[in-house]
Amino acid sequence: MRFVLLIFFFLFPNFNLLAESSSNEMPKHQWSFDGFTGTFDRASIQRGYKVYREVCSGCHSMKLLYYRDLIDIGFSKEEVKAIAGEYTVIDGPNDEGEMFERPARPSDRFVSPFTNVQEARISNNGSYPPDLSVITKAKKHGADYIYNLLLGYKDPPEDFEIGEGMYYNEWKEGHQISMAQPLDEGYVDYDDGTDNTLPQLAEDVTTFLTWSAEPELEVRKNLGIKVILFFVIFGIFIYIAKQRLWRDID
Amino acid sequence: MDKSSEPRKYKNSFLNWIEFRLPIISYIEKEYRDYPMPKNCNYFWSFGALATILLVVLIVSGVFLAMHYTPHTEMAFDSVERIMRDVNYGWLLRYMHSNGAAFFFIVVYIHMIRGMYYGSYKYPRELNWILGVFIFLLMMATSFLGYTLPWGQMSYWGATVITNLFSAIPVIGDGLKTWLLGDYTVGNATLNRFYALHYVLPFVILGVVGLHVVAVHVHGSNNPAGIDIKSKVGTVNFFPYMIIKDTLAVCVFGVIISAVIFFGPNLMAEVDNYIPADPLVTPSHIVANWYLAPFYAILRAIPDKLGGVVLMFGAILILFVLPWLDTAKTRSCNFRPIYKWFMMLFFVNFFILGYVGMKPAEGTYLLIARIGLVYYFGFLLVLTPFIGKIEKPSPIPASISDIFDDTNLSKQANQEEVD
Repeated sequence: MRFVLLIFFFLFPNFNLLAESSSNEMPKHQWSFDGFTGTFDRASIQRGYKVYREVCSGCHSMKLLYYRDLIDIGFSKEEVKAIAGEYTVIDGPNDEGEMFERPARPSDRFVSPFTNVQEARISNNGSYPPDLSVITKAKKHGADYIYNLLLGYKDPPEDFEIGEGMYYNEWKEGHQISMAQPLDEGYVDYDDGTDNTLPQLAEDVTTFLTWSAEPELEVRKNLGIKVILFFVIFGIFIYIAKQRLWRDID
Repeated sequence: MDKSSEPRKYKNSFLNWIEFRLPIISYIEKEYRDYPMPKNCNYFWSFGALATILLVVLIVSGVFLAMHYTPHTEMAFDSVERIMRDVNYGWLLRYMHSNGAAFFFIVVYIHMIRGMYYGSYKYPRELNWILGVFIFLLMMATSFLGYTLPWGQMSYWGATVITNLFSAIPVIGDGLKTWLLGDYTVGNATLNRFYALHYVLPFVILGVVGLHVVAVHVHGSNNPAGIDIKSKVGTVNFFPYMIIKDTLAVCVFGVIISAVIFFGPNLMAEVDNYIPADPLVTPSHIVANWYLAPFYAILRAIPDKLGGVVLMFGAILILFVLPWLDTAKTRSCNFRPIYKWFMMLFFVNFFILGYVGMKPAEGTYLLIARIGLVYYFGFLLVLTPFIGKIEKPSPIPASISDIFDDTNLSKQANQEEVD
């Protein structure tokens, strides 16, 4: 009974969640990393990183990432060194006991836009822009939520009262969000000539954020297929052996 | 030393040497090779083995996780994420551990349902059942402690809500809560002690599991017919007949748990736990681990805090006396035409309680929780003793071989019809 239900929940993972979102259903986007054999679109992650670097990183930190992690999404060691070198970190103390500034290295974590929560709040009208390292794991509907949120800025309905310094968003709980619309057509220019429409920007940055939340996704799914195959094949042999053993018992 | 004084039982001299000093070889042979299993046991009898294997998997993966985890409020969240990102196959260890814990509960629940339906808790296996309920209690405590360790929002607020329950106890409540937390609020002292306890309790569970297994081997396993083993004819040796069935069960179970670990590792987790703990921000609704949700539903069904706590713990503690609440001599529900259906309803009711335990405690959900609560206790305290007295069991086969003769006969009959 429980097994059947569990399998049911596994096959329809959104069932439980959909039942809870009362107003309207979260549209499902087609992702390259969906399904049993899904992988990340490397070009999309790189474009997404560009969107993060030029737009999101103005307010949002990604403290769990190191610059060296960018090698995994297709940047060369030299490129990563160059990217890290654009940022400044505080290191020390040195032999004179002084703290000093130096360019970031690939072994450094992503430099945060604000030094502490208080500074982040005062610069953002009292709201704290959340760290984005694992944001797709920290929200219901994960990548779909982020994608739809980025596209969900609309004019509020006539009767909707919006708070001071707040914006209307279709997908935010309570429909009020303190982040102004962060992306729109043409906000970021892509180096590879991809159209920089809003859905494209949103898709790329969401792919990047999903990779940052689950960098192990490709290895995980790949290993998973092998492990399941092992159990299936081993199980078939065991089943045959069991049938033979028990044949004479009944 | 005169070697000839040692009795020779085995051809292998090393085994002889061990056996003479510690008769563990003959013990293993007796308990895990020649141990008689009733041959009518179905696959429900494999869940004990599955639970044992899962416990070992959880302990081993947990020991490796502990090597990389930092029990400090400032660092716990990041250290868990470091395990997921920078430790070789750390994501696998962690997902095996978190999903393994959830599956441990699923498997143990099925094991308990098996025990209840087929009356395994009755004479002479009452102590075995009691040890089992004790294991269940320890599991609940361990999983709660473990849920605190990643120090996400649900960890923090779950710990706050659960430890707050203790303050409902009159007179000593507040003092007890402070003593448990090591502070006035959930903080670093709490995390440290929860980590220490989470590390040690699984070994206590392992010890009680040992007793649980030894105890069941004294009078032998129960079986779907719930009848005593009369002769060796009704049984098969544990090795290889039961082992091969258990191995097949492990393979099927392996496919299911792998599907979750590798393709939906966060399906059974709360998204809020990927947000670092923040004492200033309360999540919109604090939910229990889904496998503890039935008891959470009972807790919230009572408007009075103390009453809820008493009933929640009572719901588990009452299981200890189940062998004496049940007045019927017949073990298996297969031969109890009335009780059988109430028993099934009890399982369904438990599942429904779990469902409403995950929902906000208001409106219809609260009403369902209250009805479920009444049935939970009504079944155990009223229906079980009462039906046992009035019910007339259907005819019970005299021995296990009789069942097989019957099924063989009916099989032949079917065969003839087909022919």
